Amino acid sequence: MEQLLQQIASGLASGAIYACVALALVMIFTATEHLNFAQGEMAMFSTYLCWQLIQFGLGFWTALAIAAGLSFVIGVLIERIILRPLAGASALSVVVVFIGLLAIFHSMAGAIWSHTIKSFPSPFPEVSFAGSGIIGPHQIGMVVVTIAMLSALFAFFRFTTLGLAMRAAAQNPTSARLVGVNVDWMLALGWGLAAAIGAVAGAMVAPVVYLEPNMMSSILLYGFAGALVGGISSPGGAVFGGFMVGVLENLVAYFGNLTEKTFGVYIIGNGEKLSVALIIVITILTLKPAGLFGRVITKRV
Amino acid sequence: MTIQQTTASAAAEAVRELLRGHGAVAMAGAAAGNLVSQTAVTAGPVSPVVTMSAAADGTTPGTHASHGSAPVAPPSGMRVPPAAMAPRAKKRNSLLWPGIVVALAASLVLFGGKGGWISNFQYLQLSLVLVYAIAVLGLNLLTGFNGQISLGHGAFFALGAYTAAVLIDRYNVNYLLTLPVAAILCFVAGYLFGLPALRLEGHYLALATFALATAVPQILKYRHIEGLTGGVQGINLVKPDAPFGLPLSPDQWMYVIVLLMAVLMFWIGRNLLDSRPGRAIVAIRDQPLAAITMGIDTARFKATTFGISAVYVGLAGALHAIIFEYVSPDSFRFDLSVAILVGAVVGGIASLPGALIGGAFVQFIEKYADAATKQFTNLVQLPIELEPWTIYGILLIALIYVMPGGVAGGLATLIAKIKRKRSVS
Repeated sequence: MEQLLQQIASGLASGAIYACVALALVMIFTATEHLNFAQGEMAMFSTYLCWQLIQFGLGFWTALAIAAGLSFVIGVLIERIILRPLAGASALSVVVVFIGLLAIFHSMAGAIWSHTIKSFPSPFPEVSFAGSGIIGPHQIGMVVVTIAMLSALFAFFRFTTLGLAMRAAAQNPTSARLVGVNVDWMLALGWGLAAAIGAVAGAMVAPVVYLEPNMMSSILLYGFAGALVGGISSPGGAVFGGFMVGVLENLVAYFGNLTEKTFGVYIIGNGEKLSVALIIVITILTLKPAGLFGRVITKRV
Repeated sequence: MTIQQTTASAAAEAVRELLRGHGAVAMAGAAAGNLVSQTAVTAGPVSPVVTMSAAADGTTPGTHASHGSAPVAPPSGMRVPPAAMAPRAKKRNSLLWPGIVVALAASLVLFGGKGGWISNFQYLQLSLVLVYAIAVLGLNLLTGFNGQISLGHGAFFALGAYTAAVLIDRYNVNYLLTLPVAAILCFVAGYLFGLPALRLEGHYLALATFALATAVPQILKYRHIEGLTGGVQGINLVKPDAPFGLPLSPDQWMYVIVLLMAVLMFWIGRNLLDSRPGRAIVAIRDQPLAAITMGIDTARFKATTFGISAVYVGLAGALHAIIFEYVSPDSFRFDLSVAILVGAVVGGIASLPGALIGGAFVQFIEKYADAATKQFTNLVQLPIELEPWTIYGILLIALIYVMPGGVAGGLATLIAKIKRKRSVS
């Protein structure tokens, strides 16, 4: 039983990261209907930036703040320079450009910081407390930081004029433009925010998965799965979906382990993590493409 | 005229109305001359030249008497200008050049052997070029001609490769017999994957196939099929000797086999695209709604195209396993799917000759990119050593902007320009 609780707790912790990635994906999707395949590699690159700043002697939180800021700038620049000219281009062009970005970030991280695995410091102290057998301090920290960031984002979108303008630009660009919202810049800001969220997610998960250019590949896939489960057009749904696939992933491994112990039959385990994500993605896309909370888009033809 | 026919022709009339604008735009573009620069941003990876020739293939035969009663009557607006029809009239002669190229390629075998001009290693390289060209052609059929995006064709490459390897290594099947088996398996797998993918368009299909590509190495390491696949170790094969005591080295012999396969697959591909189903495939890409209105079973065509495309890639995988003599889960990571996609985009996403250029690109960048990036690093005195993937990425993005038709599309535009200048002067 304690093991099950442990699995759920660590599922929630990794779910927090998936939720961040899913949210970053949804932010870009709602505004532009693009699935950013480079999101994971961008987050990985930001994490390397953060690591580099820590190596320079900065404290963890300062380094993270600067890295997030830099990522914001990079995100804005990518939107302005690379994607803006492609507005209205076919889906294939956009997908190919994203794959190009993915390749560039991946290889640049490898070229600058080498492919060897690096350890990444955890900002949370190693303390024991009641229930620390079930959930470690870093995992709690991950969840807390994520929830704090998500709340801040929620407040930003709900209570500030800029947030309102960004939502308007995403939902109805034409009308938003008519009331004086600079839609182009709102899209760029969305990209910047998504990149910054990715930086935080990367820095939170790096102490667990270690720092290397491939660190985000499975996380990105789970982020996609989370975003799809919750509904790719719904930010709240994406966060919920992220936590859900996190728990689901660990439960699948747990029950796979259990069946192996009880019946001696190996069905599924940690080695099939990505296959589980694949199955989630395909199932949702086939059965309920709108996800749990997404709105069904009807097209007038 | 029966009622049915009347409604059909009424529908066709409506579609004609719909399409007239499209055709007019294409013609205006042709007249304007600077096609690529004009539409680079808006038209996506398919350059207008390629689109037009596809439209020519797709619609002009419809006027043929035997197709007269078919519901796929050509919308008048899409009729191509005479200039674009010219190559069609010359089709009889057009077999000459491919024939010469194939004969030259085949005669390369004569220059090999011990102390020959071409080493065995170079035969392997040439074979790999052709193998990748077949794979890129498969992706071209799906993405370029049918408009379905796949980031996961490495999965079918892996399926073909493992089918060949397992059959040869575990069941002692003749290597040539593994090819049809790989083709059938890949068709079924591709068709089945294509079925749910039918509901997905553009980015969603890209996502589903992205997930597939990422999961492939793990699936190959799955514990219950380890007995077949050899798990992480993979499978080692031995290249077959030339039969009938032919004085050819294994590499030379496999080069012949691969060349024959490539010719066969390109021939099938061209005939497929020239046929009525082929026109339907292109119609689904260009005007999905109009295609449905014209009575094309879009769902069946899309899934079948996915299956056929998987056959191409799977055969390439099987040939790769045989000539490379080795398969392992980690040779089929996401990188492979990216490489095939890069090849398709570089060569020209909706072009058959482009597939050959793409195949050559994939093979040679794999081989020389490391050295080239090192040289470039030294030349520009960069503080860090660049990696081949950086070149991939930059090239992909640059091509989408500058030459969306790939090298083949760019060449076609160039030739068209030269011809026009000649006819003017």
